[in-house]
Amino acid sequence: MLADIFINPWIDMVEAPDFLLQVLWEGLVSGILYALIALGFVLIFRSSRIFNFAQGIMVVFAALTLVGLHAYGVPAWIAVALTLGVMFILAVTIERVVLRPLVGQPDIILFMATIGITLFLIGFGEIIFGGENKQMISAELGIPTGDTVLEPWGGLLILQHLDITVVIVATLLVAALLAFLNFTQMGRAIRALGDDHQAALSVGISLQTIWVLVWFIAGIIALVTGIAWGARAGVSFALEVIAYKALPVLMLGGLESITGAIVGGLMIGILEKLFEIYWGQPLLGGNTETWFAFVLALIVLLFRPQGLFGERIIERV
Amino acid sequence: MLYRTAGQFKTSYQADQALFPVKQDAFLLGVILLLAWVILPMVASEFVFQALLIPVLIFSLAALGLNILTGFAGQLSLGTGAFMGVGAYACYKMVSIFPEMNLIVAILLSGFFSAAIGVAFGIPSLRIKGFYLAIATLAAQFFLVWLFEKWAWLYNYNASGAIQVPNLDIFGIFVSGPQAASITEYYVVLFVVSLLTMVCINLTRGTLGRTWKATRDMDIAAELIGINLMKSKLTAFAISSYIVGVAGALYVFLWKGAAEPNAFDIPLSFQVLFIAIIGGLGSVLGNYLGAILIVGLPVVLNLVPNALGISINSAMVEHLNVMIVGGLIVFFLIVEPHGLNQLWRLIREKLIIWPFPH
Repeated sequence: MLADIFINPWIDMVEAPDFLLQVLWEGLVSGILYALIALGFVLIFRSSRIFNFAQGIMVVFAALTLVGLHAYGVPAWIAVALTLGVMFILAVTIERVVLRPLVGQPDIILFMATIGITLFLIGFGEIIFGGENKQMISAELGIPTGDTVLEPWGGLLILQHLDITVVIVATLLVAALLAFLNFTQMGRAIRALGDDHQAALSVGISLQTIWVLVWFIAGIIALVTGIAWGARAGVSFALEVIAYKALPVLMLGGLESITGAIVGGLMIGILEKLFEIYWGQPLLGGNTETWFAFVLALIVLLFRPQGLFGERIIERV
Repeated sequence: MLYRTAGQFKTSYQADQALFPVKQDAFLLGVILLLAWVILPMVASEFVFQALLIPVLIFSLAALGLNILTGFAGQLSLGTGAFMGVGAYACYKMVSIFPEMNLIVAILLSGFFSAAIGVAFGIPSLRIKGFYLAIATLAAQFFLVWLFEKWAWLYNYNASGAIQVPNLDIFGIFVSGPQAASITEYYVVLFVVSLLTMVCINLTRGTLGRTWKATRDMDIAAELIGINLMKSKLTAFAISSYIVGVAGALYVFLWKGAAEPNAFDIPLSFQVLFIAIIGGLGSVLGNYLGAILIVGLPVVLNLVPNALGISINSAMVEHLNVMIVGGLIVFFLIVEPHGLNQLWRLIREKLIIWPFPH
């Protein structure tokens, strides 16, 4: 029993390095997607202290809108543009209808409001688009479908072209986002708001504009995640669960940290895959991915309560 | 005029500290109890029992448990559904190991199992705060539901993986299972809920309740005036999980009749959280008002199309329900962030000074 826990998994890893690489690759791909979703959370949390539970349903909603528009005969790329428009309208509506009247309320109230938005969007999405599983329009968007087979150490390593595309696009998006945050006026305004609300307001940064902007960025991220995940698993409301996967990433990386979201996402993606393959399936009956990330984050938090990269918590009476 | 408190003089500290210092409050409670214990059971139909009365009571109890933790002690928890599950599975194992056990005793005991697990998952709260803790309680949520699925001993190795409530009787009257009458189930639920509500009202008024409130309002300040935070937080977790566990046992044994592991998944947690927040955090009455709204609303919404003579298919009604409930949650949060309990307090204030505006 002890050997099964402490020794055999390592032996398995060394004996089949190609399989280990495969596992690591799959972990990396999902890790990048977790990091993307977590980034959406972090941006909104930094600029408005809102813990945006609706990020997951925004992913579903964006993907459904895209697929739905295409089903009405809209060409794929125009559908993407239109979906971005829809996400912008959504961001403006949420800011106007929900957030503005709730400014200054306790965090938990704002959190509940985002759950209310989630429920509303679930009902709305099901009425308009229907609940059944749909195919993502990957071919029309020019996402390659084949795979590359590598043979490291005489073994077998299959890289889906789809996954490679996802990794490249996600990396580009993250890079673009970081550049936006660091080198543009708008981006610096977002960061200023994250550092100190009142100081930012006093130098003339508009809270409302920034809120719409971060929700719109979260919408763009949602669309990219929706396309990537939808191409792998189909578009349905089950996609919403990947939002839950972003939560331990946030715990691990810290709610305010952009670096934390990226590093945490990759760590959780890879570690949960490793645990599932080498410990979960042989010893615990599998499907450990639902909770492993949370437990890992919980253990890390016991030692660093603000997460790996979070702002140090200073408490005063 | 209707609620005039003038003339009710308190001549001792004891009278001032009484549970109901205002006569009208006591009278109102008497009316509600009479309604719940005598009048409603006499007039309610089978449908009303199963769709409204029993679930409202069970969800009120669960929300009350959560409210102790979140509203009184200030520790946000998203794992309520899983703790309800612990109570339900513990009760199921107890009645299958000791079949002659009295069901009410089993239900009240099953709360202790979820209390123990609640304390275990509450330990991180000593270091983690706010949203980090909320996500940490999600660890309990996902881990426990996974455990309900994988640990076959919990559901007696049956093929379906679900727990099925057997016919159980107390003194020859069936109280649970397919043969039990709705009215018996209702009275059992009502008894347990009334009992625990009374305990909770008194707990929150006493030393423990004040300790919790101090912890909630500012934990460092509370620590400085000599409150043991560990004790305060862990008792909140224990008592809250106990009540939630009992509510979970009632949920399966006296309402659902059977449950699969995913019945305790995250939507259940959120439903209970909605009730607690819409009802009002830090209140006891609010849980009942919130449960009436959240449980009653879908039932009413289901009846509306029929009443108007419009035929909409049931899937559509379901989705409309979800949408309307979501919209209403946002609406209520905007209109009254402190919940229905606050709304009642305002009405009461107005009634006291009526017909004058000030």
